[in-house]
Amino acid sequence: MSDVTDITVPPAADPLADGTPAPGDERMWSARLRGAAVRGLPPGKLLPDRQPSYVASWVYVFGVLTLGAFTIICLSGVVLILKGPSWWHESSTGLFFNSIHLWSVELFFFFMVLHLWGKFFMASWRGNRALTWMTGVVAFLVSVGTAFTGYLSQQNFDSQWIGTQAKDGLNSVGVGSFFNVLNFGQMLLWHVLLLPLGVAALVGLHLLLVRRRGVVRPLPAPGRARHRGVGLQVSSAAPAAAPAAETPAADGADR
Amino acid sequence: MSGAAERPGSDSLAVASRRPDAEPWHGPTIRYDLVKEYVVAVVAVAVLAVALSVVLSSPDVRPLTIRQWAQSDPADFVATAVTELNGSSATATYGPPYNAWAAGEGQKLGPLGIERWAGVHVPVDTSVDFVLSPLGVAAQSDPALRSALNRYTAASAVQQQAWTTAYGNGLAHASFGDGGVTLRPGRYGPVPPMMTGLLGMARTGSLDADLLASPQFYGTDYTKPLLFLADGSFMANQAQAQHLSGSQWGMMNETGNYPGQAWLWLYTMWYQVKPFSTSSNGDALVWGTMMLLTLGLLLVPFIPGVRSIPRLVPVYRLIWRDHYRRLAAEPAGTVAPPVSHQPQRA
Repeated sequence: MSDVTDITVPPAADPLADGTPAPGDERMWSARLRGAAVRGLPPGKLLPDRQPSYVASWVYVFGVLTLGAFTIICLSGVVLILKGPSWWHESSTGLFFNSIHLWSVELFFFFMVLHLWGKFFMASWRGNRALTWMTGVVAFLVSVGTAFTGYLSQQNFDSQWIGTQAKDGLNSVGVGSFFNVLNFGQMLLWHVLLLPLGVAALVGLHLLLVRRRGVVRPLPAPGRARHRGVGLQVSSAAPAAAPAAETPAADGADR
Repeated sequence: MSGAAERPGSDSLAVASRRPDAEPWHGPTIRYDLVKEYVVAVVAVAVLAVALSVVLSSPDVRPLTIRQWAQSDPADFVATAVTELNGSSATATYGPPYNAWAAGEGQKLGPLGIERWAGVHVPVDTSVDFVLSPLGVAAQSDPALRSALNRYTAASAVQQQAWTTAYGNGLAHASFGDGGVTLRPGRYGPVPPMMTGLLGMARTGSLDADLLASPQFYGTDYTKPLLFLADGSFMANQAQAQHLSGSQWGMMNETGNYPGQAWLWLYTMWYQVKPFSTSSNGDALVWGTMMLLTLGLLLVPFIPGVRSIPRLVPVYRLIWRDHYRRLAAEPAGTVAPPVSHQPQRA
């Protein structure tokens, strides 16, 4: 035991404030991860209370409505899981919760497709946002798979017919060997566990990327070339600080 | 969820709009409560989903059973069972993943026979699994059936084929009663008592149980009964009546008048047009096309021309019309304050 006078008290530091680790902790994996997370997404960026003035259109509502529908899908799905796969065939309460599950899925895809088209026509991949676009597309594809396995797990004529028809497409490219749409147990587990986890992870990543990069700014005003300042009254101080970066990305390339 | 309370940024609206897309926004901001917006969205969707559920409910057409098939359409059941026995049914000649190729090369994606590469992972022998094995269970308490079964299994493949072919042809003039199948005299060998026995099992429902039975007590794999059902016409006729067949855009439909998987419209559409609708490679072609289009959607930000479409189609003017209006109305000669790009809390 060392003498009490040998104890060095580290300088007071709150590593959670800006992610900076205390001296000597810099090489710790946890400290590095925290530092990277806080630097990449400080609280004000992760959950801001203000947005650029152009974020004022109904098109921005479809993303959050998709998220809202996903929440209702998960909640109604949990109720169906708690009671088991046969419950909704035998009970009017079960049928009601199955109906909520079905209609929230229909709403989910309705809002998601509107969100996707909206983002396409906004060229939302501009400004290093290509990964945000791509995670959104993959989330859509995994959602299609999740809904598909849901239809296969219904245990009714619809699932019988969809399974026997879909097998031919899947088998034609070899997928059916590992993903047997006629195996109810396999499809149910994909539907209630693996695929929803995939959707949740992709949606989470998508949201973090949106917060990281911010909402893409509007395309140059009609009839105005941003890089030339045509039609815009440019301040005397701004031109030097606002480089002509629009030119190389003039076709919407991700820059 | 936005509120007015606009605050100016370090840049004017015009200057901020001119900056590169990758730069953070330093122009005017508005109040925007993301958490409140999410909660409102959840409540709105919940109310909408509950309202739709109360008014429209959801479809639940009971599943078909082999018992129902044998009782409603015994001719189709027996005709299908004979093809399962002699290995000429759709499942028996399917190839991977159910069985080795009996004929043909299977579907290809260009030069790639991916279907063949995957191999047999869900083995199904229709003769044994759908007919001989279930009959073997019934034969334990039926000496006549046991004798017929022994005679059939002891015969050569050529003899078996001759019996089943003659029986299949004889079904054109068969009658079906409670006692089973009655045919005109012919050289059917032991096939008539076997088919009558199988029809009897199917009518009582025991064939449903036998086909589902797995090596262990619990079972959730319906591959065999579904393949058997799909080989007949009974299931397809029911689907046709429910507007679910392939030519009716079936994959995206739902029983009754409910919306189904409308998001599969593009996938389903290919099956309605040539060459996909007529090619023996149709499934692989549709899948190949969809994979290519999906890759295109994923890589839109990098595809010259496609990524320019938003600039050419003026939808964005509608989306950001307020922004452009304000931009145009911004007083001429606006001078932005010195640029200071500290994290903005405005």
